[in-house]
Amino acid sequence: MSKTLLVMRHEFVQMVRKASFIVFTVAFPLVGFAAIGIYLLAQGAGGGADPADIPAIGYVDEVGIFQDCTTQGEITFIPYEDRQSATDALLAGDLDEYFVVPADYLSSGLVQRYLLEKELEVPGDTAWAMRVFLQSNLLEGEVPPEVAERVKSPMWLQTVRLDEEGRVAAEQGGFASFLAPMIFGLLLVMAIGMTSGFLLQGLGEEKENRIMEVLLSSVSTRQLLAGKVLGLGAAGLLQVVIWLASVSILVGLAADTVGGVLSDVQVPDNMMVLGIVYFILGYLLFAVLQAGVGAIGASAKESQGMSVMFILPAILPFYIFIIFLRENPDHVIGTILTMFPLTAPMTVFMRVGLSEIAAWELVLSILLMVAGIMGGLWLSAKVFRVFVLMYGKTPRLGEIVRYLRES
Amino acid sequence: MHSRGANEAPYYREHLRVPVVEVSHVVKTYGGRTVVDDVSFAVERGEVFGLIGPNGAGKTTTIRMMMDLVRPDSGEVAILGKRWNEAAKNHVGYLPEERGLYTNLSVIDTLVYLASLKGMDRPRAAGRAEELLARIGLLPHRRKKVKELSRGMGQFVQFLVTIIHEPELVILDEPFANLDPVNTETIKKMVLELRSQGRAVMLSTHRMNEVEELCDRILMIDDGHAVLYGGLAEIKSRYRSDSVFVEYEGMLGELAGVGRREERDGGVELFLEKGIEPQQVLAQLVSQGLAVNRFEVVTPPLHDIFIRVVKERD
Repeated sequence: MSKTLLVMRHEFVQMVRKASFIVFTVAFPLVGFAAIGIYLLAQGAGGGADPADIPAIGYVDEVGIFQDCTTQGEITFIPYEDRQSATDALLAGDLDEYFVVPADYLSSGLVQRYLLEKELEVPGDTAWAMRVFLQSNLLEGEVPPEVAERVKSPMWLQTVRLDEEGRVAAEQGGFASFLAPMIFGLLLVMAIGMTSGFLLQGLGEEKENRIMEVLLSSVSTRQLLAGKVLGLGAAGLLQVVIWLASVSILVGLAADTVGGVLSDVQVPDNMMVLGIVYFILGYLLFAVLQAGVGAIGASAKESQGMSVMFILPAILPFYIFIIFLRENPDHVIGTILTMFPLTAPMTVFMRVGLSEIAAWELVLSILLMVAGIMGGLWLSAKVFRVFVLMYGKTPRLGEIVRYLRES
Repeated sequence: MHSRGANEAPYYREHLRVPVVEVSHVVKTYGGRTVVDDVSFAVERGEVFGLIGPNGAGKTTTIRMMMDLVRPDSGEVAILGKRWNEAAKNHVGYLPEERGLYTNLSVIDTLVYLASLKGMDRPRAAGRAEELLARIGLLPHRRKKVKELSRGMGQFVQFLVTIIHEPELVILDEPFANLDPVNTETIKKMVLELRSQGRAVMLSTHRMNEVEELCDRILMIDDGHAVLYGGLAEIKSRYRSDSVFVEYEGMLGELAGVGRREERDGGVELFLEKGIEPQQVLAQLVSQGLAVNRFEVVTPPLHDIFIRVVKERD
């Protein structure tokens, strides 16, 4: 077996055995499944609506037109003659609360509600039932029943995006189609950061505990770096594939069970492919940069401090899009972020979710990332050779430039 | 693919006559300071070679150039008769001055992984590892993580890492630093064993007196310069002081050609006058009828020789 493969296998095996790797890899799908499970349990508990939880609500109609439609949803309003009898019933515990529609209601709109308990706000179910009860009685006899019904819920808005030929487009946009790419984009950057972070940490440890010299007396710098980058990258890729697969499964499951906005959640068709391509490219880019930083830093801790300057740009597009470009994802800033290798992985997913990326932009972005990887590799290999056996203090920027010139 | 074993024997036979390492006129400058200045030496098969000098003399830089970890500014290093190449790494075992192992890896995994990086196939490496661990009594600890080992055990494991792949050349940088006397003896024994197997061992140390008994030849360096190079016995006789140490029974009378005498360590050191040979003194002792239990030409310890050489240079 070639030495590169030996290093690669060693790094892969050590990585996937790490407790932190296993926890992080399975945590995301597990949390998703657990969330759906908890939702279903909560639904199951609340579904039968325990009769004890339905409030007994009385009312006093001083106008004289509110006699019908007293049952709304699970709540039935009980009429009382006057305020005194309602208050007596409340104090006797027959009622949880009552409300009064005063004589001047039609001009004032005022409705008074009385209860014994303190509460933060009017419960949604109660307020809804009261509103519909009043509305139905007001409209009764005035308009046809179907109009009365429509007034209750005047708009069920459906937005349809058409493609250039006027057909319904495959991707409908909106929050539903943004959700999956956004979550996945974040996970992707986390995976890239974590995997390349392990590379950095590994190099830092090897430097700190001085095994580096033993390694380099056995294999070349190229073999060592290539083996480490590929071995850890393979572990990271495994993680990303597990996540991608679980995003698809979770979204399907959520749509079937939770419903609502989640039933419209779309996973763009190209997300699997883009996810893998941008993980590989993003990881390689960060890995070669981290290797350089890892060689310079005197300890794993110091190297991690320095590597923040790469990690920040990687996560930055998330905030830029959420805060500034949400409404206008095709802004030129979006294009620039797509082209800049450090920001590209996150940007691509934000844009895939919000609108669309032209094919030429993707191709150019990928080419620029490849160029970034090559440049990073060249620089890191140079830095690595010069600094990896220097111990003690982390050199300053000026010293780094001077040493590189000398070499 | 590199597997070590009988099939590679011709490679060695072909190179049997050339030194295992030949370093020619290497120079290394760091930030304007010349750390190693025109140093040349060769290490032969079946010898223990001492690279000796005080801290900061350039020993570690010299070794790093030998190991191709640092490129010399000028000069050349040849391993087994060839310029440095990746394949040569499989034939060298290197114990760096700054020790280190993967702390979370088990002892056996450490040995097998690092041996496999030296081109040994894994089953063979596993066999060798068990055999070596058994020899120093660490076999019961083979599944332990390195960080669970005592300091001394860790140092043994590090030493085994250096020799597990049966290298032609073993380079030990300060091998006895921080070792207790018992472990030092064990390692010394293993070094001599490597020599008797025909391997070349290079020892680098600033504790000159500690390695005297081990070294066949030495290179002494000071401030980046080679100041003394050759067989240890020859060097010692060249720098011997003109005195003999005698342990005897009886009364010691007048001795011709002996100036000062100094009683110490249950005997006496006799300082010879110019032109007097030790044999002449021995003859007188015998003729005086003394029972001579010990008679030896006093050679100064390496450290004293070093001081003299450095003074002479200045």
